[in-house]
Amino acid sequence: MRSGYIPWGERMSDQGRFIPLLLDRIPPLRWLRRLFPSGQSLVILVPYLWLLAFFVVPFVIVAKISVSDQATAMPPYTEIVRSVASGQLSFATGRPAPAAAAQPAPAQPAASSDDAGDEEQATVAGGPPEDVEGGLYVKLNWDNYGYLFSDNLYYKAGKNAVFTAFISTVLCLLIGFPMAYGIARSPTTWRSTLLMLIILPFWTSFLIRVYAWMGILKNNGLINNFLIWLGVINDPIPMMNTNFAVFIGIVYSYLPFMILPLYSTLEKMDLSLLEAAEDLGCRPWKAFLQITVPLAMPGIIAGSMLVFIPAVGEYVIPELLGGPDSLMIGRILSNEFFSNRDWPVASAVAMAILIILVIPIVIFQHYQNKQAEAGA
Amino acid sequence: MANAKPKAEQRQPWQDPEAKPYIEIQDVTKKFGEFTAVDDVSLNVYQGELFSLLGGSGCGKTTLLRMLAGFETPTSGRILIDGVDMARIPPYLRPTNMMFQSYALFPHMTVEQNVGFGLRQDGTPRGEIAQRVEDMLAMVQLHGYAKRKPHQLSGGQRQRVALARSLIKQPKLLLLDEPLGALDKKLREATQFELMNIQDKLGVTFIVVTHDQEEAMTLSTRIGVMNAGRIVQTGTPQEIYEFPNSRFVADFIGSVNLFEGVVTEDEPEYVRIESPAAGGTLYIGHGISCVPGAKVAVAIRPEKMQISREAPTAGADNSLSGTVREIAYMGDLSIYLVQLDSGKTVKVTMPNLVRSAEQRLTWEDKVYLTWHDTAAVVLQS
Repeated sequence: MRSGYIPWGERMSDQGRFIPLLLDRIPPLRWLRRLFPSGQSLVILVPYLWLLAFFVVPFVIVAKISVSDQATAMPPYTEIVRSVASGQLSFATGRPAPAAAAQPAPAQPAASSDDAGDEEQATVAGGPPEDVEGGLYVKLNWDNYGYLFSDNLYYKAGKNAVFTAFISTVLCLLIGFPMAYGIARSPTTWRSTLLMLIILPFWTSFLIRVYAWMGILKNNGLINNFLIWLGVINDPIPMMNTNFAVFIGIVYSYLPFMILPLYSTLEKMDLSLLEAAEDLGCRPWKAFLQITVPLAMPGIIAGSMLVFIPAVGEYVIPELLGGPDSLMIGRILSNEFFSNRDWPVASAVAMAILIILVIPIVIFQHYQNKQAEAGA
Repeated sequence: MANAKPKAEQRQPWQDPEAKPYIEIQDVTKKFGEFTAVDDVSLNVYQGELFSLLGGSGCGKTTLLRMLAGFETPTSGRILIDGVDMARIPPYLRPTNMMFQSYALFPHMTVEQNVGFGLRQDGTPRGEIAQRVEDMLAMVQLHGYAKRKPHQLSGGQRQRVALARSLIKQPKLLLLDEPLGALDKKLREATQFELMNIQDKLGVTFIVVTHDQEEAMTLSTRIGVMNAGRIVQTGTPQEIYEFPNSRFVADFIGSVNLFEGVVTEDEPEYVRIESPAAGGTLYIGHGISCVPGAKVAVAIRPEKMQISREAPTAGADNSLSGTVREIAYMGDLSIYLVQLDSGKTVKVTMPNLVRSAEQRLTWEDKVYLTWHDTAAVVLQS
């Protein structure tokens, strides 16, 4: 027992080991040592706690709402798990299995119920079998997801969101790569200034910057007025409330997220590799394609993810700059949530967005792991 | 030296006024802002030579090499390779290949892809590339490593990949920047001989940049010693070692004892130099072209002096007495630091000819140093 502990403890730094070490010296209390995590596990614990608090818990709540029923209540959805007989357990786990087991007899007929006053939410949507004699009752409403498939609107909005995000990502890459490259190759003394200029817009509110674009793009905005003054056009070109404006807004807003990871990979690159390539008879533009681009791949992927993922769920930009046809899934979600007050469907939309985003990420991760294995 | 020198050393094209130099560096100067990295260098290198540029860090040797490869443009002067002015020729069109100090292997490519890179740029057919890569990997003894990535190789293996990659296009001129810098001693020696074999086999002209004089001595047909952007002496390793033309070269190549002095007797057959540092008069067995009273330095290599406890017989050419202060036993030889009666400390080496567990000389022994009248070199600059 002891021999199992000591070498393990010795591998770590002394920090965070004081209490365990102290306990080690008092034989009767030695078993208590297990209760005190080593410094190492404490460090690992922090990101997991963070993930739990800010991802897993919200995710579970949204997932739970997405399978509940809409209700005219506050909050506007039904609990999916309810204890029927009073005095019984009452917690929401979202797991149907144990609850089903706890249900003595799955008597389906929805007969009259005398505790209806107690269960206000139960009066909506089909009505659960209230005559069950005590125990837990779970009702999962998958119709919210079915609804997403039944109405073409969601499919179109989702497709449009992915399409818009994809095109924006490509545009960001095309614009961001030369910029990142330029900064990475500029004299060292200039680099921090240039990077600062990239980050500078973040000092003002995102919303204000999008509003500024309205001022630039609208019919009597900067661009149109300037072109009319020049005499190039007589009538203003309609740019506001078009998909064009949405692309401008997204590319403008997310460009720094593309540039920064690209810059960090390009800046690290060993320039003698390009010289070596040229020395071996490779023309500069071919060296760029064969050496620079593959080596910048981690930056390209990271930047693309940073642009694509938030762009898919983007709500503000299409709402402010887009027209009626720039339907994006984020806008739908917001409409469901605020206008329709249909939290369950809004949550189902949120889950759908998550799935749309998780699939490419998982595939990519899988591919990358394979690559790493092949390389190692 | 014990090693068999390649044939290139026996024919000495630089001695032949008819020979056409393969590389002509004419009055080349390179400035970076105010700093002059290469200062008015002129140099001819002949086909099949293994020429070393030797110098300390910052002496401009790498800049000169990079100008040959085309990565830097001379501020003034011309570089001709095979009679063609390289001024307007970009690196990818030059008949040179370079092996980088950092090796500069492409990290995202396998060994095979790295070595074949140059051939792929020329549109060589796939089958031929595969064959030549295989042959080249066999030559550098890396068969079986074709599918590995550079980060999976040891330093020595990477260095051989870099060598293979720079040789695969069979360049007329191969430029090597500190080719053996990162290797341990054993591997260095092995690679040095490998390089000389390759040079013999392929007849490539090599220009090697190095700060390691031993490397330069072993490899080269000729050495150009550089200091502060200039080539201070060019010659065969033997010439450079035995007949350095300046204090700098004498000091840089090998170790040397320098005695500052003044010429007192200047005859066609001999010179005498009065040296307070040595504590006496030094006799040189040949005439030098200088004026009496000229300030010179007498350079004597540590191995050219004999050290002995017995006083030399009268009439010995040169003899100084002193006390042994330090002894370093190196196995094959021992190094003695002897403090002369004048106060100056000199370094003397003696081969350990007799097998013995004890040193023949010990600390604080009173000793006499003697050397032949042809052993020393008189340096006027």
